[in-house]
Amino acid sequence: MFAIEIKNLTKEFNGLRAVDNISFTVNKGEIFGLLGPNGAGKTTIIKMLTTLLRPSQGEARVWGFDILKQKDQVRNSIGIVFQEPALDNRLTGRENLDFHARIYGLNRENRQKRIEKVLKLVELEDKADILVKDYSGGMQRRLEIARGLMHYPKVLFLDEPTLGLDAQTRHRIWDYILKLNKEEKITIILTTHYMEEADYLCQRVAIIDSGKIIIQDRPDNLKNILGGDLLSIEAVPERKALKIFEKFLWVKKIKQHNGFIDLNVERGEKKIPLLMKIDQKEEGIEIKSVNLRKPTLEDVFLHFTGKTIREREVSQSEKNKMMMRRRFKRQ
Amino acid sequence: MESKNLQTIYVMWLREMKRFLRAKSRVIGTLMLPFFFLFSMGFGFRGSFNLQGMPQSANYIDFLVPGILGMTMLFTATFAGLSVLWDKEFGFLKEIMVAPVRRLSIVFGRIAGGITTSFIQGILILIISLFLGFKIPDALSLFLAFVFMLLIGFGFIGFGIAMASKMEDVHGFSLITQFIIFPTFLLSGALFPINNLPDWLRKITYFNPLTYGIDGLRLSLLGFSQFSLFTDLAIICFFDVIMISLASWFFSQTEI
Repeated sequence: MFAIEIKNLTKEFNGLRAVDNISFTVNKGEIFGLLGPNGAGKTTIIKMLTTLLRPSQGEARVWGFDILKQKDQVRNSIGIVFQEPALDNRLTGRENLDFHARIYGLNRENRQKRIEKVLKLVELEDKADILVKDYSGGMQRRLEIARGLMHYPKVLFLDEPTLGLDAQTRHRIWDYILKLNKEEKITIILTTHYMEEADYLCQRVAIIDSGKIIIQDRPDNLKNILGGDLLSIEAVPERKALKIFEKFLWVKKIKQHNGFIDLNVERGEKKIPLLMKIDQKEEGIEIKSVNLRKPTLEDVFLHFTGKTIREREVSQSEKNKMMMRRRFKRQ
Repeated sequence: MESKNLQTIYVMWLREMKRFLRAKSRVIGTLMLPFFFLFSMGFGFRGSFNLQGMPQSANYIDFLVPGILGMTMLFTATFAGLSVLWDKEFGFLKEIMVAPVRRLSIVFGRIAGGITTSFIQGILILIISLFLGFKIPDALSLFLAFVFMLLIGFGFIGFGIAMASKMEDVHGFSLITQFIIFPTFLLSGALFPINNLPDWLRKITYFNPLTYGIDGLRLSLLGFSQFSLFTDLAIICFFDVIMISLASWFFSQTEI
């Protein structure tokens, strides 16, 4: 049995396909990442899997339970940390946990033990009796993770767990996530638009764009698709340079974007001298800079969509603005 | 399953109590309005007012107190129901919605919490009115007044939850206050006998459930009323059933 099993899941909002015929599985004990720009449909997938939204088509099982027919069993098996905070900030941290434990039917003894345990896990023991409105953003997120764990869920959903947090807090949250995956043997499915987050945490990722899964695999396999190293070259005139680079046999793939030419090569450090051998005067080009690096998931995304995640998000937000304008006009 | 739903109702109630006890300034804030009405109008119109059928010894403050009690229940109960909106705004509603419990028990828990807090506030206003010279005839009148206070409360909490379930954010809050709560209050006979109104306006008040609630309160506390006890009880109970059904229905349908 899989922890999560999705078949042809689709969700439409007013004729717009937010999630478009998606299928994937998540293994037990795995950390699985849904990676993609804002507006790609990640949160909508999470909302359907957590029984908050009805899918338009398709089916899904969480821990073996059908998300439409066995809602209560699904809800009992999962813990969720939402993208936006979902705490009662007029209660203390402990009271928030207590509320959660009671509503999930934990008995008194179990409740108190578990509260101590999860507080310790996220290192909030000494802040437990402070009102949540006096918590920092990072503390709130940690408390939410703790709360998601209260009722011993089998699967934990984390929707953009580090959104809006500073780098230090982000790394701390990553460590908690890895720790609880190991210690509580909990399956984790997280969404993120931070490439390095997916790379660092996930055993497998699915890259999502415009409601579709573009590719899914282990992060290192994905990066290997691009072949060893990446040489980013800035050269003018671009078209002429492109033609010259194309002739090299050691170039496995070549891609042009944003004034850079990306070459996928093996052992990039040995290839830079070869570039230096090009007689720039003779060929009529000028190489302005060369940058050698290992490919990241960002490059994988770029490779498959032709755009970086940030570029994708800009065009997405423009699309949203258009929709907003249309909506206002209608009113 | 049964005990789990009861547990949910209890947890929702418990949360409401904790928040209530912590929000002393807010409670004082909501009680200020009925208090000022009671204080200023009660003294302002003292003695200038006599109504057929009212006991000779009674003055305007006696007439006003049941009205202000009804007003307090109207405001506090509607606000308690509308507090669903704040849970939406701060995201806590999602935490409640993904819990493996019946939505109906969540609604009932909210109603239980809201009715407790607004009843406490109603009693506080009643106690204040004692200091202004109001007298409660006997235990039976007090009991009957409590019944009417609770019945008013249930209906308007239901109304608040139903509205909040249909609204997307807190921006509609002041609209509801100004276009529904205040007219309901002013056209209920809380401040003056509805017989003083012109015919067409009086007819409107007959469609106002609070009219019967306040009439019932006046009947309980003064022995003076426009409608029979049965009419008052029947109409307000009918209102409660409708509102609580709507609240349950709309809230269950909420998607977030």
